[in-house]
Amino acid sequence: MAIKVLCIVERAGSALDDTAWELLGAARALAGDGGSVGAALLGDGVGDLAADLARGYDDVWVFDDARLAAWDGEANARAVAPLVAREKPALILSAHTNLGIDFAPGLSVRVGVPLLPDCLALEHADGGYVAVRAIYGGKVHARFACAPSEHGAMATLRAGAFAAAEPGADASGEIHAETLAADVGQGRRPVRTVEPDAGEVDITQASILVGVGRGIEDEENLEVVQSLAEALGAEVACSRPVVDKGWLPKSRQVGTSGLTVKPKVYIAVGISGSFQHMGGIKGSPFLVAINKDARAPIFGVADVGVVDDLFDVVPALEEKIREAKG
Amino acid sequence: MDIVVCIKRVPDVAEADVEIESSGLRIDDSDLSWGMNEWDTFAVEEALRLKEAHGGSVTALTVGGEDDEEVLRRALAMGADQALHLQDDAFAGADPLGVAKILAAAIGKRPYDLVLTGAVSGDTGSAQLGGMLAALLDVPQVALATRTAFADGKLEVQHEVEGGLERVVELDLPAVVTVQTGINQPRYVSIRGIRKVASVEIPVEGAAELGLAAGALAAQVTLKELFLPPTGDGAEILEGNTDEVVEKLVERLRERGGI
Ligand SMILES: Cc1cc2nc3c(=O)[nH]c(=O)nc-3n(C[C@H](O)[C@H](O)[C@H](O)COP(=O)(O)OP(=O)(O)OC[C@H]3O[C@@H](n4cnc5c(N)ncnc54)[C@H](O)[C@@H]3O)c2cc1C
Ligand SMILES: Nc1ncnc2c1ncn2[C@@H]1O[C@H](COP(=O)(O)O)[C@@H](O)[C@H]1O
Repeated sequence: MAIKVLCIVERAGSALDDTAWELLGAARALAGDGGSVGAALLGDGVGDLAADLARGYDDVWVFDDARLAAWDGEANARAVAPLVAREKPALILSAHTNLGIDFAPGLSVRVGVPLLPDCLALEHADGGYVAVRAIYGGKVHARFACAPSEHGAMATLRAGAFAAAEPGADASGEIHAETLAADVGQGRRPVRTVEPDAGEVDITQASILVGVGRGIEDEENLEVVQSLAEALGAEVACSRPVVDKGWLPKSRQVGTSGLTVKPKVYIAVGISGSFQHMGGIKGSPFLVAINKDARAPIFGVADVGVVDDLFDVVPALEEKIREAKG
Repeated sequence: MDIVVCIKRVPDVAEADVEIESSGLRIDDSDLSWGMNEWDTFAVEEALRLKEAHGGSVTALTVGGEDDEEVLRRALAMGADQALHLQDDAFAGADPLGVAKILAAAIGKRPYDLVLTGAVSGDTGSAQLGGMLAALLDVPQVALATRTAFADGKLEVQHEVEGGLERVVELDLPAVVTVQTGINQPRYVSIRGIRKVASVEIPVEGAAELGLAAGALAAQVTLKELFLPPTGDGAEILEGNTDEVVEKLVERLRERGGI
């Protein structure tokens, strides 16, 4: 099968996001021999990035406009819809990131195609597509089938789940300048960007982290992990629910909406292992999981696991470490 | 400000041994506890706070079966003025776009200034409903809100973008906003509070009331199979009593430079 695939690529600041090449990898496989793969790029002053994309994509449609300086899911969906109507791709791909969540569902409705969100795998099947998704907090996986509409279909891909395609040496793809539709920027206007608060400690520099999650149950119980961290000479990090409850500052949150850390050792205490949390742990640390649920997804990715109550394990571990250190 | 908040009842699987039924299409949820989707509790709270500050009303909506009425009662107990149960046998097989169409039909029938949804449903969801709903209603939207402020007929919304960054945008109303956890601290509902709303009549609307033809909800995305995730190499699980386990863990940490 040879089809036309359109990827809506994201920027990370002034560079292309890694997912730009992951979308290309997935799109090439799905487009098949004789198919074509194009990219839509949106931003302000993004000529260099367009040339970069042309090293891998057959076509690059560029929306270069001051109104698109910051990623705006609403404006982007309104901008891309006429391109989709003109180019008629059989399949539209974008990334299932925070930016993608702000963008993809709206575009799918505006162009009249069904959406397969947050795919871990995506294949052709029975004239349509079949996708694998993680549901119930990652405890169950599901295969969903999607029947395209007359306008095609759309899928969003989880970051890191698809192998990136290597761009070539030559920018042989064709670059096309696009104009913005009149309704772009209607109803929603950017005001400002808010940088995260710097915390009193910088967990991104720590070589050992004790990460604490919802399993800690109460603010007072944090002491258990704080003493363990102290014994190890580690810093305390946490998952999002701990910050949401106001028990620890946002500057200690690891994950896709928190910080990216790269310690040598990460000890996850009462953390289930959601992809949004694990997405913030880079550099393949030695990963220890302490969780009383043997089926917690974190045991699938940890190096060493303890299936037990953290309130038994953590104090005992602290004591042993203090002994060992003398 | 008249605010509609969309809520969903979901099972809590965080500590449960999830089993897949022999059909391969459902999990065995008979022993699970159910409640309002975590994100939706924040959405209801945000709606109530906006109403308390600026006046207006809060209406809670859910698309679901008989048992799902429970979450509407919880929203009423939290302080919502009204609830509406969108229930019909014809809704049973709806895909997420179908659910969005049902909600859009119900919302489009009444005056509203703002629709709040959760960012994602914690069971089978994937953060698509709010964006679809906004496009169906043809109003602006923003996803993953962490703060809202209303002034001069406009809603300012701070929301999560990438890498810990947040951005502030201004929305013309009406609009749809999807709410992220941590935006507020949802108020506590006592048993007494629930009891107080136990006899409130909750209106039900189905396909006919909403003017939805059967064909309009034909699902394009369908579940084929559930399976347990492959564990990959998986962790080395340390066995023994607490003492032995901790002993081994210290050894491993020493080998890997953790001590
Ligand atoms: C757009 C978006 C962005 C997000 N960004 C982030 C992010 O940056 N970082 C992040 O962490 N999350 C993020 N999340 C939330 C994420 O989806 C999960 O909800 C969250 O990571 C779960 O945190 P947790 O593992 O602590 O809690 P849970 O998933 O509730 O897990 C708690 C675990 O503790 C275990 N437990 C309970 N009691 C005990 C005990 N006594 N002893 C041992 N174990 C016990 C349970 O078995 C369970 O596995 C984001 C979500 C969305 C939608
Ligand atoms: N059946 C439903 N009834 C009402 N609201 C829903 C329903 N399903 C999802 N939602 C809303 O849509 C949000 C995102 O859901 P989802 O797209 O399923 O992840 C939820 O947090 C709810 O606010």
